[in-house]
Amino acid sequence: MAGGGREIIVLAEVGEGGDPTVLTLELLGLARGLVSEQGMVTAVVLGSHLEGALDEIASRGADRVIYLEHPSLAPYNPEAWQAVLEPYLEEQGAGLILAGHTCLGQDLLPRLAFSLEAGVVTDCVGIRAGEDSFLFTKPVYGGNALATMRVTTPLALATVRSRVGEVLPPSSPGGELVPLPADPPAVTRMVVRERRSLEAGECPLEEARVVVSGGRGMGGREGFEMLRELARLLGGAVGASRPPVDSGWAPATCQVGITGKVVAPELYIAVAISGSSQHLSGMCDSGKVVAINKDPEAYIFKVSDYGVVGDWKEVLPAFISRLRELV
Amino acid sequence: MHIVVLAKVVPDPEGPPSSYEVNPADKRVVARGLPPVINPFDENALELAIRVKERIGGSVTLLSLGRNLSRAVILKAMAAGADASVLLEDEAWDQALLDSRATATLLAAALRKLEPFDLVLCGRQASDTNAGVVGLGVARLLGIPAVTLARSLEVEGGRVVVERVLSDGCEVVECDLPALVTVSGEAGELRYPSLQAIRAARELPQRVLGPKELEGDVPPPWMETVCLEPPRRERRCRLVEADSPAEAGEKLALLLWEEGVI
Repeated sequence: MAGGGREIIVLAEVGEGGDPTVLTLELLGLARGLVSEQGMVTAVVLGSHLEGALDEIASRGADRVIYLEHPSLAPYNPEAWQAVLEPYLEEQGAGLILAGHTCLGQDLLPRLAFSLEAGVVTDCVGIRAGEDSFLFTKPVYGGNALATMRVTTPLALATVRSRVGEVLPPSSPGGELVPLPADPPAVTRMVVRERRSLEAGECPLEEARVVVSGGRGMGGREGFEMLRELARLLGGAVGASRPPVDSGWAPATCQVGITGKVVAPELYIAVAISGSSQHLSGMCDSGKVVAINKDPEAYIFKVSDYGVVGDWKEVLPAFISRLRELV
Repeated sequence: MHIVVLAKVVPDPEGPPSSYEVNPADKRVVARGLPPVINPFDENALELAIRVKERIGGSVTLLSLGRNLSRAVILKAMAAGADASVLLEDEAWDQALLDSRATATLLAAALRKLEPFDLVLCGRQASDTNAGVVGLGVARLLGIPAVTLARSLEVEGGRVVVERVLSDGCEVVECDLPALVTVSGEAGELRYPSLQAIRAARELPQRVLGPKELEGDVPPPWMETVCLEPPRRERRCRLVEADSPAEAGEKLALLLWEEGVI
């Protein structure tokens, strides 16, 4: 019997600023909706400076917040995290462990799954409680199909995309805070030597509220300058479909799609993108989608909320100057 | 320096959506008319392996698992700069039926036969299952450290130094060898082999291993597919009508403003 009255554990992530990530709070909301009445939701928080994050996490749907503060847990080192997490998780006997489908979640959950001998489903766009187990939905074949998976082991693990769960309003009193009695190992086989953040003013694509992406029809680097201007105006980030990256007009770090970065901003603006499956699969969970394309038959219009049929070279300058007056 | 690259043969992920037929009855996706290719991220991994070999010497072995693996695809990948290939091939090793646990177990068993190796490289995920689990599983089963999402790597004094892609930048991780590293698209595309290199690759050593040559059994699965369906992502699009593209641009700005989108 997987699921049932058992515990659901959410592995929290705390951002550089010391706040829990929005995705962490969404996972707590998701877990709350999945857990049965007898079950409980536990958040596990590891890092070096957690004080600001714990109360916030405790108030957003966690019955209990298990935490461990230690300098060797930040930045994330998988071996240090595994060493403190695995004995705890082993003992806990939870039915489900959730993490965000982030760089950390993608790295950590498959490791835990193989250590705990349990099935893991990554990149979930939906989870629901079935009759006797959880059902996980995820895109496969570059987004050309949606698979629903069941895990056959008593414990299931899953990484989940943004916007699958909803952030709950804060509740008081929140769940109790319980320190995890564990010590990270003094020596690990791998060490993080240095960490380089994006340049000031650049926003990580996955966390941007607005993403402005260009496709093959941008025709060159110059077009991306205008997209950057638009992104700056809206406080967003610039993305690209695969052809501009292959042509060297945009860096590979910008590529949105199942083979690049998966994003779900509040607003996604697709400029001169026709809409290949693998691109759509990387942005289809966005709040609102706007398409600008000169081909009225472009598939992107079928998956957009607002559209303009026209050449971006003429549409965008007018769009940007009108926006300047408005925002 | 012996580097083993794990390469999965998949239907070309750049194919048009119309070529993917979802068959809910037998829970399979049929890619009609799409040629098999090496998973693009595994190609990135092979490219990094070849770069290491060019800098410090050594050999690169390509390892692939499946049923009826395309020899032409393997040959072309080898021609880019590998020295040998090992194919794990059997009627029962249908990639659509093996879960990540079974796949990792078979690959780990094969890697034990290829010892000694210093580095195992593979893509961050396969383009068909989109999971990113097998590489980490292989490392765990072999008891070696694993580093994910590499965009470049260097081997220095018995250790591997990996530049990892993060959402807000990158980090440099140093790790003991032997190690497994999963590679991201930022590593760059696999070089294209010349026709001459493809012809020469036919002479390179190729081994095929079946169930008899590998130790251990395929373990029972940890998960199963309940159903497969076509994606649902269509929305109702409001097209902005105007006399000129510029006017449409202005109207779009106003519309988004009025509706509280921006």
